[in-house]
Amino acid sequence: MHFAFTDEQGMIAETAKTFFAENATSERTRTAMADTGVDKLLWQTFAAELGLAGVAIPEVLGGVGLGMVELAILAEEAGRHTAALPLLASLALAAPAILAGGSDEQKAHLLPRLASGELIASFAAVNSDGTPGAMFSDGTLTGAALHVPHGASADLFVVATNNGVAIIERGAPGLGITPLTSMDQTRPYARLDFGGVAAEALANPREAANAAFTTGWLAIAADALGGAQACLDHTVAYAQERVQFGRSIGSFQAVKHRLADMMIAIEQARSAVYWAACAIDEESDEAPFAVHAAKAFACDTYTHCAGEMIQLHGGIGFTWEHDAHLYFKRARSNASLLGTPDWHREQVAGLAGLDEAA
Amino acid sequence: MKLGFSPEEEAFRAEAAAWLKSELEGAFADVRGLTSLIEMPERRRDWEHRLGEAGWSCVGWPKAYGGRDATLAQQVIFAEEYARAGAPPRLNHIGVELAGPTILAFGSEEQKARFLPAIARGEEIWCQGYSEPGAGSDLANVRTKAWREGDDWVIEGQKVWTSLAQFSDWIFAIARTEDGSKGPKGLSFLLVPVDQPGVTVRPIHQITGEAEFNETFFDGARTHAANILGAPGDGWTVAMGLLGFERGVSTLAQQMGFRNELDAVIAAARANGEAKNPLIRQRIAKAEIGLKLMRYGALRMLTDAEGGRLNPSALTYKIQWATWRRDLGELAMDVLGQAGETVAGHEHAFPALPNLFLYSRADTIYGGTNEIQRNIIAERALGLPREPRGDLK
Repeated sequence: MHFAFTDEQGMIAETAKTFFAENATSERTRTAMADTGVDKLLWQTFAAELGLAGVAIPEVLGGVGLGMVELAILAEEAGRHTAALPLLASLALAAPAILAGGSDEQKAHLLPRLASGELIASFAAVNSDGTPGAMFSDGTLTGAALHVPHGASADLFVVATNNGVAIIERGAPGLGITPLTSMDQTRPYARLDFGGVAAEALANPREAANAAFTTGWLAIAADALGGAQACLDHTVAYAQERVQFGRSIGSFQAVKHRLADMMIAIEQARSAVYWAACAIDEESDEAPFAVHAAKAFACDTYTHCAGEMIQLHGGIGFTWEHDAHLYFKRARSNASLLGTPDWHREQVAGLAGLDEAA
Repeated sequence: MKLGFSPEEEAFRAEAAAWLKSELEGAFADVRGLTSLIEMPERRRDWEHRLGEAGWSCVGWPKAYGGRDATLAQQVIFAEEYARAGAPPRLNHIGVELAGPTILAFGSEEQKARFLPAIARGEEIWCQGYSEPGAGSDLANVRTKAWREGDDWVIEGQKVWTSLAQFSDWIFAIARTEDGSKGPKGLSFLLVPVDQPGVTVRPIHQITGEAEFNETFFDGARTHAANILGAPGDGWTVAMGLLGFERGVSTLAQQMGFRNELDAVIAAARANGEAKNPLIRQRIAKAEIGLKLMRYGALRMLTDAEGGRLNPSALTYKIQWATWRRDLGELAMDVLGQAGETVAGHEHAFPALPNLFLYSRADTIYGGTNEIQRNIIAERALGLPREPRGDLK
């Protein structure tokens, strides 16, 4: 038992921290927000120069061959800067689905290009509003996926349906891609209309969907952790420098106690994220519980901290110019995407044995 | 990062579990599953002796002082197995978790040899004399005085909220040993025998109806001059050094007790159908998640401590568990409904879950209130300005 980063993990964390701090600046993120929601230079540097896009893809398939802890580290650091990257869509959803459920040929064909950043992929799952999502039969996709993250930037889609998981390329005849104006512009959604387009099946759909959800939930939780920590760090700095009534506002208990509450939640979120990452890597029986717990807890923490960031900054925190809204909007998007905190807690309630006979 | 235990550690687990099972299904079956700190005190003393005899009392201490030299992982494992086996809360938990570690850290060789084996063997039970009527959250405002007379310290004053003093042989107390000193300066950390004419212990009945706390009066109480930890005037440093120990391995044993309490809430919810209520399901799930996060938070903290680092996140632990348990008490009553508000018979003694609802109101007060914890976190972990002091007497 050693619940701290190894030296190698510590180095990855340092590298990622420095990289995002230097490159995923507010200015660059805002430029990407006004465009497609992808900072293409950042993505190229991240994937090609640092070689980090393939962190959880095996070395024989062009990746780095590490695990969920390392993926969580990257997602946390990206989240700290609300980096405009298709990290979730491409690396935490599409790639694990192909790795777990693809044929050898599909894996060899696609994963090296995802690892190098040459291809951006995304993932479409059942619609959260209850409308029928995509249907897949006889090699044909019908229906629609309403909220596909970074969907307008993706070259390739993994589409999970009730009767199979399909992959389909951007240019496939009949595939409609409609970019959606999205509250979170760092990870905008697109609507996909399939309309009977031909698609290729993944060999093991169940494994593919499980891997995509598990890794996706973890990556969203890690992104939320990094974002929440950034909200706290920025707000502490502001509370120290902002003077009212002749005192720094951080000396008032009404303010400092709220900052303490943010830290209390964040430290629990940190335990949740890395517990879940380890549990998946170690194939522990606790893994499903841990991942649902992490997604629910970290997203609630982010929502709480981003709201407090605006409140404790006062009027300036409500302006477009200040970055608080970037966090607030990403927190909102993280909470909804792939299951709300309430839904994840309901899964925990089932795993905790509430449905067993008295 | 690694969460699993090695085969050697799992072997240690099996050994500990087997011993606990044989004792708690054998000679100590009568104390198995007790949750109150003060029920059956004589049998609890016997249990302390038995743990000591078998070397399972203070597993993390050096063998020379009655411990087992257990590694951190082994201590975690023992704490888990202890609670899993339904072993009762330790009557001497203040000796084992607070007095002992402080003596280990600050005591002279003579003091360690004198006091530690007696704690490990369960022969001397300890209590803590910190709070006073005028020194609660502002603990440094201690007024109890002590001065030297011949080979003794003489102590005069009053302590309050001294848990388990009625069963204790020794009390560690902070007293003002420099006339006219104020705040944290001029305090000394004294070890005082309880059984003497100058010490009076009076029970305080709490909202549960039990009397676990006491007022302790020092009226010309005496202790030998050698019974001081650290130098005269260094008492505050010694007392604050102890706060670190409160966040040690014992937290994991405490959590296993919480596990048993949460299981009881879940069992009650299944039995009366509340387990189907979506709002109750959300709250139980939150409690489940909170408990796991305490466990993994404690493991992070302990891993850091093993590497010689005190992670500032350790400062968040007290408010976390205290608030979690208070919430669990409220959840328990919402699950039980009015059935939880009545009890058969004339004694004002409620079963475990309603008692938890009442008792847990103390958790967010003792050992530093939630408000003081937030100050500590904001000031020490986040670097925010200190609270300005007032000047009211």
